[in-house]
Amino acid sequence: MSKTTKTLAAAGAVATALAASLAVPAQAQTKEKCYGVSLAGENDCAAGPGTTCSGTSTVDYQGNAWTLVDTGTCAEIELPAMADGTPRMGSLEPLERDLPS
Amino acid sequence: MTVDQTMFREAILDPEAARPDGLSDGKGRPAGRRFDVYRNNVSVSLTEALEVGFPVIRKLVGQENFRLLASAYLRRHPPHSPLMMHFGADMPAFLATFEPTRQTGYLPDVARLELAIRESYHAADADPTSPAELEALPPEALVGSRVQLAPSVRLVRSPWPILSIWRFNAEEAAKSPEMAAEDVLVARPDLDPVPELLPPGGAEFVNAVLTGATFGDAMDMASGASRNFDLPAVLTVLVKMKTMIEIGG
Repeated sequence: MSKTTKTLAAAGAVATALAASLAVPAQAQTKEKCYGVSLAGENDCAAGPGTTCSGTSTVDYQGNAWTLVDTGTCAEIELPAMADGTPRMGSLEPLERDLPS
Repeated sequence: MTVDQTMFREAILDPEAARPDGLSDGKGRPAGRRFDVYRNNVSVSLTEALEVGFPVIRKLVGQENFRLLASAYLRRHPPHSPLMMHFGADMPAFLATFEPTRQTGYLPDVARLELAIRESYHAADADPTSPAELEALPPEALVGSRVQLAPSVRLVRSPWPILSIWRFNAEEAAKSPEMAAEDVLVARPDLDPVPELLPPGGAEFVNAVLTGATFGDAMDMASGASRNFDLPAVLTVLVKMKTMIEIGG
């Protein structure tokens, strides 16, 4: 791209971007960060782990299979195989570790 | 004392291992069962940390399967840091090699997107440049400038429709994903991180800007890499997401 072409392209892009940003209502000003109210697992909490209280009575169970494959949405998502031959997804193989000795 | 830290750690991460010898309670009595409680709490709390950190992966494989996956992950990749916000960084590589998930090609990239959202959340705050500032800048000056992007900006590129898959599992009424490569920009336009689809050439442009190219050089790199490079659309995303914090230099 020549310098003039680039300058013109940049000017046009700025105009487009600013027009688009003005079209968005400024609603953010009234938002305030509110700590400690998100329930674990809710999607509006993007902090990730680090705030959970551990030491619950849940038992860490060892498993020998993907027992409930249908509970996930992997099987619902139908996508073609990759060009490099990566197979089509949708089925999950059984888990073959952590078998009880 | 017959137990050292290495033995203790190994026994913590191996549910089949015998309790280490030589543990005692405050009154000098053997404390083997206390060790069992502790061992259980370590794996349960790390599993819960992964559940909180990867809600979409959890939905994709299912809750029960995720617990099994987490149980394998936490033993192969125990935390490197006491800060739980960093735990799970090896999840993309793990999903790509773990036998039950290896075949599901998009899982590692969806995990990378979830990690990018978490990193963006924890990144430093920065004030974006105002639209007025951008408007006042002569286009020649903009083309020759380096643009600094906010610390919360993350770029995730994938041959899979990762953002569509993420939305399908994280948002109500999202459409079923269709096959397409998707490049995603994550930033914090307001308070929380938001993932946004980048138009053609957007990832090359953002990558060039992030690595210190001038605006004009980034334009060249993006149009060289993608014939459909759409600068107005890319710049619209960058402005809307309030990613630019300094222009100049």
